[in-house]
Amino acid sequence: MTIHQSPEAFGYDSFLAAHQSKEVLRFITCGSVDDGKSTLIGRLLHDTKQIFDDQVTALQRDSRKHGTQGAEIDLALLVDGLQAEREQGITIDVAYRFFSTDKRSFIVADTPGHEQYTRNMATGASTADVAVILVDARQGLTRQTRRHALLVSLLGIKRVALAVNKMDLVGWSQDKFAAITQAFDAFAAPLGFTEVRAIPLSAKNGDNVVLPGAAVPWYTGTPLLQYLEEVPVRVEEQAAPFRMAVQWVNRPNSEFRGFAGLIASGRVAPGDSVVIAPSNRTSTIARIYTADGDLPHAVEGQSVTLVLADEVDASRGAVIAAASAPIRVTDSLDARLFWAAETELNQGATLLAKIGTVTVNAVVSTIRSRLDPETGQAEPVTRLVANDIGDVTLTLDRPVPVDAYAQNRDTGGFILIDRETTDTAALGLVQAASSAPKPAETNVAESEPFEPVKSGGLLSGIKRLFGG
Amino acid sequence: MSAALAATRAERLTHLQRLEAESIHIMRETVAETENPVMLYSIGKDSSVLLHLALKAFAPGRLPFPLMHIDTTWKFKEMIAFRDQRAKDLGLDLIVHTNQEGLARGVGPISHGSEVHTDVMKTQGLRQALDKHKFDAAFGGARRDEEASRAKERIFSLRTAQHRWDPKRQRAEPWHVYNLRKKRGESLRVFPISNWTELDVWLYIEQENIPIVPLYFAKPRPVVERDGQLILVDDDRLPLEPGETPKDISVRFRTLGDYPLTGAVESDAATLPEIIGETLAARTSERQGRVIDKDGSGAMERKKQEGYF
Repeated sequence: MTIHQSPEAFGYDSFLAAHQSKEVLRFITCGSVDDGKSTLIGRLLHDTKQIFDDQVTALQRDSRKHGTQGAEIDLALLVDGLQAEREQGITIDVAYRFFSTDKRSFIVADTPGHEQYTRNMATGASTADVAVILVDARQGLTRQTRRHALLVSLLGIKRVALAVNKMDLVGWSQDKFAAITQAFDAFAAPLGFTEVRAIPLSAKNGDNVVLPGAAVPWYTGTPLLQYLEEVPVRVEEQAAPFRMAVQWVNRPNSEFRGFAGLIASGRVAPGDSVVIAPSNRTSTIARIYTADGDLPHAVEGQSVTLVLADEVDASRGAVIAAASAPIRVTDSLDARLFWAAETELNQGATLLAKIGTVTVNAVVSTIRSRLDPETGQAEPVTRLVANDIGDVTLTLDRPVPVDAYAQNRDTGGFILIDRETTDTAALGLVQAASSAPKPAETNVAESEPFEPVKSGGLLSGIKRLFGG
Repeated sequence: MSAALAATRAERLTHLQRLEAESIHIMRETVAETENPVMLYSIGKDSSVLLHLALKAFAPGRLPFPLMHIDTTWKFKEMIAFRDQRAKDLGLDLIVHTNQEGLARGVGPISHGSEVHTDVMKTQGLRQALDKHKFDAAFGGARRDEEASRAKERIFSLRTAQHRWDPKRQRAEPWHVYNLRKKRGESLRVFPISNWTELDVWLYIEQENIPIVPLYFAKPRPVVERDGQLILVDDDRLPLEPGETPKDISVRFRTLGDYPLTGAVESDAATLPEIIGETLAARTSERQGRVIDKDGSGAMERKKQEGYF
């Protein structure tokens, strides 16, 4: 059992210690409108006892008014947030949900399945460790499933739970489940996932969500929640070289000068050699200052203030990186954009790019191609429209430190801002380094950031995947 | 914290460590990219956490922004005493603003009802104060787990020059890259503890030993029962119905606001571990104690569009 124990059961001290030492897992749920995604999240919240009596009362009232389950409580209504969305019966934005067990805390990005909202899914996926991709057992894999799998792989998610939902409606057919699992494995093969875990479940009835499903004797694997409690987190970020973007130079007096920031990846300790980009000056970590005292070392995910051994000039926007693995500094970026604005993007457009903690002017010097979100194929285009995924070259007005997104999500991800409206116009992923703008006919295999490329190359892999 | 726990934490970050780091990052981004930020300080537990995080974010320097309390004049007496003591102990730059026009008209929760009172004394009071001081960013302690419409609130929420929230103009917030750009007159509401839950807040208060208003701890207090809510008789402005006498019941508050609008819960939890135990076992959500959320589903969403924090 993973539901909260009562504190009386094993004493307040160990109870507090257990809760205060828990890790967090961030995951995204992807599914089409009818796959039962909201019901699944509602089920996770309900069965881990996150739902309170007054919320159940409100739910009963709302179920009669908006529900789709007749007289039964519609768990989907727990998570369908904004009133306008309720009335339309679909979720149209990213919502964050929270629940916890004795083992972990969870932050769920609940993103829409509707086709035109790739931006929201990209946002939700950008910080997720795991994607839960829902499939309706009656439908099997759909275009949406392929689209979701492609999208989460593009955003760098390495671990996927394939939640085959509504198994009760296909009589818990083991053959059906096996067919869906095999089909998914075949088409996900080139997407670079480290792990795909398929789980047959019924969100409506609760089988294999939190508790094992009594209806499924042939399934000997773990329920979804147990998988989420045990899957490793932040593996890639911990393994990557040390990176920290300077947010703020803390200089309260002439005695102290520290560089404050959130460690994007890796590990740092006093005595470590570092290089400051873009100035390319080197120094040594003298102290890791925090309000709780100096640390003997710090790791990705911590907000710290670094004091360097030398009088190095670094300001907001600089990146402090491991000297053994310096960060690239460039004023020309090949990037994959998730275009979010309603207006078109044309060659020559100037936007603001915020990369880490630096904001620069970026001119779209080339629009190379658009990625078809259903077939995965790149096609040459000269403009991007709302919700397009496209590959472009940006020329920046000064050099900035970046990594390829495939190597580091936090130092390789950026946003483009419309200078007039100030809206966020695109999410961008830095692709592998290139010296010159490429022609529009660029082969996908060259610009595709995800490793490893399987035999036959990624392009043929994607063709296989989408039956092209 | 125990030595064993500290050792565990050195290798793998806990949920609370990651939440703390994210909140500190958000505060530093705000200070780096806005002209004139302010922290809205409501004196409650979430504000106490927010203040603690801010002190950590900018240490060893001082807080680079003032705190501001919108005083409706109906807060619990103990809240005001706590506020003033904290400001004194920490040497805080504290602004207290009351809507003088509303005060002159005698607007209050009993005479005008919760909706009018909250709109005039809280929402309009906040707008007045933000305009008066020309703040372009305001930190608040709202959390996404509090209410359905907040689950989709951004960490950096853009408000028009009229302080309205437009659900259609909310910006994507991928990775840790936040867009703080705004046009003249527009401002940002910043919610550094968006991703914290009520349980996280309590666990963190316990871990960090953060001072909070004593009203959060149970003790016998004089209360009357109104529409299923236990209301503390905090001063003589609360008119008693004929035959109604306050009863001393052991109660505590899960959330604090204007005393006539804030229900207590019966409880014997007088220590943080006991409160945390009750929070885990709780069968009602903390906002149930808030009278203003009760104007039907979607009430908070409407209030937010009108500029309620």
